[in-house]
Amino acid sequence: MTLATVMVRSSAPLARRNPVAKLLAATVFSLGTLVTLDPLTPALAIAVELALLPLFGIGYGTLLRRGWPVLLSVFGVVLTVVLFGADRSGTLVVSLGPIGVTTGVLMVALGLALRLVALSLPGVMVFATTDPTDLADALVQNARAPARFAIGTLAAFRLVPLLGQEWQALTMARRARGIDAGGNPLRALRLFASTTFALLVGAIRRGTRLAVAMDARGFDNPVRRTHAREQRFTRADAALVAGAAAVTALMLTASVATGMFRPVLGG
Amino acid sequence: MSAVDLRGFGWRHAGRKAWAVRGLDLRVERGERVLLLGPSGAGKSTLLAALAGLLAEDSGEREGTAEIDGLDVRKARERVGIVFQDPETQLVMSRAGDDVAFGLENRGTPPVEIWPAVRAALDAVGFPYPLDRPTQALSGGEQQRLALAGVLALKPDLLLLDEPTANLDPDGAALVRSALAHAVPRDTTVIMVEHRLEPVVPLVDRVVVLSPGGGVAASGPPAAVFGELGPALAAGGIWVPGQPLPAPRRASGPPGDVLLTADRVALAPRLAPTDATVRAGEALAVLGRNGIGKSTLALILGGLLRPSAGRVTATPALTGSAADARRPPHRWRAADLTARIGSVFQDPEHQFVAATVRGELAVGPRRLGRPLAVVDELLARLRLEHVAGANPYTLSGGEARRLSVATALASAPRLLVLDEPTFGQDRRTWVELVGLLADLRDAGHGVVTVTHDLEFAAALADRRVTLS
Repeated sequence: MTLATVMVRSSAPLARRNPVAKLLAATVFSLGTLVTLDPLTPALAIAVELALLPLFGIGYGTLLRRGWPVLLSVFGVVLTVVLFGADRSGTLVVSLGPIGVTTGVLMVALGLALRLVALSLPGVMVFATTDPTDLADALVQNARAPARFAIGTLAAFRLVPLLGQEWQALTMARRARGIDAGGNPLRALRLFASTTFALLVGAIRRGTRLAVAMDARGFDNPVRRTHAREQRFTRADAALVAGAAAVTALMLTASVATGMFRPVLGG
Repeated sequence: MSAVDLRGFGWRHAGRKAWAVRGLDLRVERGERVLLLGPSGAGKSTLLAALAGLLAEDSGEREGTAEIDGLDVRKARERVGIVFQDPETQLVMSRAGDDVAFGLENRGTPPVEIWPAVRAALDAVGFPYPLDRPTQALSGGEQQRLALAGVLALKPDLLLLDEPTANLDPDGAALVRSALAHAVPRDTTVIMVEHRLEPVVPLVDRVVVLSPGGGVAASGPPAAVFGELGPALAAGGIWVPGQPLPAPRRASGPPGDVLLTADRVALAPRLAPTDATVRAGEALAVLGRNGIGKSTLALILGGLLRPSAGRVTATPALTGSAADARRPPHRWRAADLTARIGSVFQDPEHQFVAATVRGELAVGPRRLGRPLAVVDELLARLRLEHVAGANPYTLSGGEARRLSVATALASAPRLLVLDEPTFGQDRRTWVELVGLLADLRDAGHGVVTVTHDLEFAAALADRRVTLS
């Protein structure tokens, strides 16, 4: 899967915001859910996120189709906590053989599940609506990231889809040479290791060639780089970040006011 | 003042004993078009990298002087552009226009001038798509055109071309040559390294032959150099225009048993339903334009890929027993497969799994519990004795190709399936491959070759299947 297939092309008002602004807003907002362990804050965060989704041009159906792995992992976490969680306080709700499911353990599981969803949604919203090229441009132009890092990473990402094809070719080539695991787990592990090594050797060689080609076109030039595609950080972008900070503050205030706030540190 | 002036130039890569280039005196005038020749290992690519200023001071040892317009090559980098062999690793951005703009940004070109320059460069090379065309969606030939546009946009005085068509199919190579013929301004100096000379000779004024020991062996107009040195260059592996190829090798007898049949095999969307029959003692060539699924068919026939429709059936003549013939090849154990069908991939390096050439040849026989005597025999037969202890990844293109064929032969399969075996090969390896595969066919092997090399098909194949 390439990054492009994940992209939602959208001109929705928040999708159009500067990538750095989106990244900053998402970070600030996520911090809000990270600092407390109560279930109220992430629940509020999810409500805000779902309400904002249309402004990013992401349909709820699309979100479900792309987000099901997160839901699956949430289910796994809930199950693990309910079965093995240490906190067995509160009243007994139901008894599954030796395992007593209490209100205490349910609250912990719910809190964790909500936090997982609340933390992953901002990431989906930013990366599903941001072209990688725009992100690199904005990082260089608006966040003063070094071009060597941002554009270099962008170029390297172009080679990632090749790794999938390369893996398939290496696997088939090994079978043609008479090498397979034959159901033996130890041999499967060795085969996996040797194929991975070959994949890495190939990736490093390609990366080196790409780096040389980039320098041949002046990427290591000491001259100050200009930008063919301009990225602007406007008032609307600043407002997005400020808005995210304000909503985060409101959520935390609500959490403290209702007495549910449980700080991660020093609590 | 000449554009390029080399005096006693030499370069030795750090950690190597031998000099890649040595004792080279060469002058190239402004606007001259030079084709650089020499057997593999004569240092052609190293010389181009040196001229492009890409050999860092700490990466090796240098002798003599190398100047461009009177400036040391490391100080003249802005005047030089270089196009490499592999399109995949010289495109930087995911959209075509952005990629051409990349070099201009690095040079600090004012933003208002960037896009007109990008459009002009793309027009010059005949790039037929809009600026936001994804580079991933381009064919190899189109990608190389784009790479050329990215270099020409920087208006280099000296353009270096390091086998720009070697990784392309004939159509793609023709696209790049026509772009070179039309897009490069007349006063731009060009130094080109190429394998297949015939189509590029009209693009050059002078041919320079490097000798493997160092220095220039010959220099002059193409007709004079090829007339005088043609046979010697051809013997050294260079594809000299007008040098005849050996006569085609036809099968010494009628074809034998059927080994494998493919009945309406398909793999959507890569291969449409296709029939094929492979016999012992017969060489079959699979032809067809790029992207039609030739390589996919080779993988299916080789038992490496499961077809999504249709069926591949092996005969007892291939498997040795009727019971084994009932299973399709893609379900065989790998050891059985390698004893029956040998596959040779387009990229030899994909198939290397051992630390030495000798070890590589021993993999198959060891898997099958067979004696290792075949290893020495194959080393001698495929001229690999001198690199028996070398790491397979360090071999030259021709050696790597011979080794990949040898590894398939080591487990003595009755059927050989080869994907573009002559791709990027020099003349000598090409001639050897024809001879070797013809010998195998006459010894009763079935040989399937997927290729777009029509000369190779003409020299070897008894029968052709053209996919459409």
